[in-house]
Amino acid sequence: MANPDAALRWQDRIEAVLVPAFALVVSLVIFGAFMAVLGKNPLDVYLFIYKGGFGSSFALRDALARAAPLILCALCVALPANAGLMIIGGEGALVLGGLAAAMAGHGLVLAPALVAQAAMLAIGMIVGGAWIMLAGALRQWRGVNETISSLLLTYIALALFNQLVEGLLRDPESLNKPSTPPVGDAHMLHAFGTLELHPGLAFGVMFALIAFILMRYTTIGFALRVVGGNPRAALLAGLSTTPLILFACGMGGAAAGLAGAIEVAAVHGSANASLNAGYGYTGILVSFLARHNALAIVPVAVLMGGISASGGMLQRRMDLPDATVLVLQGVVFLAVLASESLYGRFGKLWRGVRRAPSVAVNEATA
Amino acid sequence: MSALGWWGVPIAILGGVLRVSTPFLFVSLGECLTERSGRINLGQEGILVMGAMSGYAASFAFGNAFVGVLVAATSGILLGALHGTICSLPRVNDIAVGIALMLFGTGLAFFLGKPYVQPQAPMLPDLAFGAWSSIPQLRAALMVSPLFLIGIALTFFMSWAFANTRFGLIVRMVGDSSEAARAMGYNPNRVRTVCTALGGGLSGIGGSFLSLYYPGSWSEGLSSGQGLIAVALVIFARWKPRNCLIAALLFGGAGALGPALQSVGITSGYYLFNAVPYVLTLLILVSTSSRTRALAGAPGELSIQR
Repeated sequence: MANPDAALRWQDRIEAVLVPAFALVVSLVIFGAFMAVLGKNPLDVYLFIYKGGFGSSFALRDALARAAPLILCALCVALPANAGLMIIGGEGALVLGGLAAAMAGHGLVLAPALVAQAAMLAIGMIVGGAWIMLAGALRQWRGVNETISSLLLTYIALALFNQLVEGLLRDPESLNKPSTPPVGDAHMLHAFGTLELHPGLAFGVMFALIAFILMRYTTIGFALRVVGGNPRAALLAGLSTTPLILFACGMGGAAAGLAGAIEVAAVHGSANASLNAGYGYTGILVSFLARHNALAIVPVAVLMGGISASGGMLQRRMDLPDATVLVLQGVVFLAVLASESLYGRFGKLWRGVRRAPSVAVNEATA
Repeated sequence: MSALGWWGVPIAILGGVLRVSTPFLFVSLGECLTERSGRINLGQEGILVMGAMSGYAASFAFGNAFVGVLVAATSGILLGALHGTICSLPRVNDIAVGIALMLFGTGLAFFLGKPYVQPQAPMLPDLAFGAWSSIPQLRAALMVSPLFLIGIALTFFMSWAFANTRFGLIVRMVGDSSEAARAMGYNPNRVRTVCTALGGGLSGIGGSFLSLYYPGSWSEGLSSGQGLIAVALVIFARWKPRNCLIAALLFGGAGALGPALQSVGITSGYYLFNAVPYVLTLLILVSTSSRTRALAGAPGELSIQR
């Protein structure tokens, strides 16, 4: 190649596919060995994971329904990460967004369905966005580390959520499982298309697409990446960091809040403890696996959704506990995160071209 | 409780604090050691749950709860070493690895622990510090686990060791400046991996307390996030072991307040009491953080400081 820059770019692209693929294979071998030690045929296990996660339209529906909140929660990490912030509080934004949406839906029981649905999703996004923006604001104004504050805010959010759902906002008719009053069947979001896809999937993919275009093709996105890549350069270029960071946090929180609103509007019909299902934490890892690239989040989330959807099939056909899929996910996450250290090494092996050292840990490939 | 009326509340809180705070104490001491070496381990939750499961299983298999504690510590050391090793690789984010370890550890514990949900394993013994009293509630409250006493001893030992031993000084140097440590001929990654492994061992012991003493059984809902919040405890404690003890008592006390008030008929506000320590930690962070300097007492190499 005549142009060394172009060579580096291609090397980056090849690596961006090869490194995670290699890590995925390694994790499958490790998990397969674990299964073999327990006397299960690893190939059978993988066959049933494929069948239970992707093998039928029923399985795929389940996988995509699980992928939807994962996409949105991963965006809650990816958007601030592009601006240099490490937010891990998506779970808090999700439950509060869901709670707000449930109350809006209940309040608008008599309104037309479309109005109630729009209001539910909008208020979920606003509440989630405000919650994560709080972490960004604390960092900008007081220098509080956003990773820690977002984790603390999650605990506070969960306490508030439980307090309200089991107290003030509890539907007296929800006896065994404290819930808010139902939003009503007529106002719930329903599956769409011939495949009867989960409505959240459309919102998740749309949000990811918007985030990707925003990051890659707009001045705001460019400014955000400058802030994230080199805050000093951003300062010298006269960028005002605070509004940009608040914007990134707000967008991310809105995504997580939307995930909560969709879980209420499309799955549970009211806010209850089922909202706190750990999507916020898995979403963090989905974003890391996608290297905080909004578009790459979608396939990673589908993969993870498929793995967790196959738990039932593994239980029935292989007599494995439902936690099997958690172990596999954990191994995949650990292997792919460890593979981060391989970037730049393949190139050295092949060409002896040295890749420029990365500036920040969460430097985005986007 | 009715005979004691309102006096039952402080007694119930006392008993609750002694029981509930022990796992907090162990995870915070473990995280304190890890963070003083310059790493953050958000995977303590996975280690705690894995410790609870493996401790219970070993106690059941060997018929001895103390063997269970040892096995729990070993499983914690192994998981901690895994975190430490992966984080020693270049460009790996310790926050993300911690969350992956949390999912992996809890998943593995649920997977391997399925057969142990039913059987009854031997429990850790009680030390009756309230034998002098004729009030049954007080006697019940002063039943103390030996692990709690070990935790207190460990607190003071760690506090002393950080200041007075060769190992303690090396850990602190590595935590404050990798370059200084390298110049002195120490390998920062190796020291951090050892500290993360030992810290994991402590969290494993904390987990065995959950399954072998209080609440004293193994189930998937055993932990209520004590491991994940270890990070907050350590910040609250300003990275000092002796403050970890105070933080653990406070966080444990907040958890014990709800049930104690429930016994006298106050049932509302339960969850808000649980949130008090988190609000306090956040307020402390807000009031002491600054945009221009690091938190006082924080190890300089910590990723959340940069």
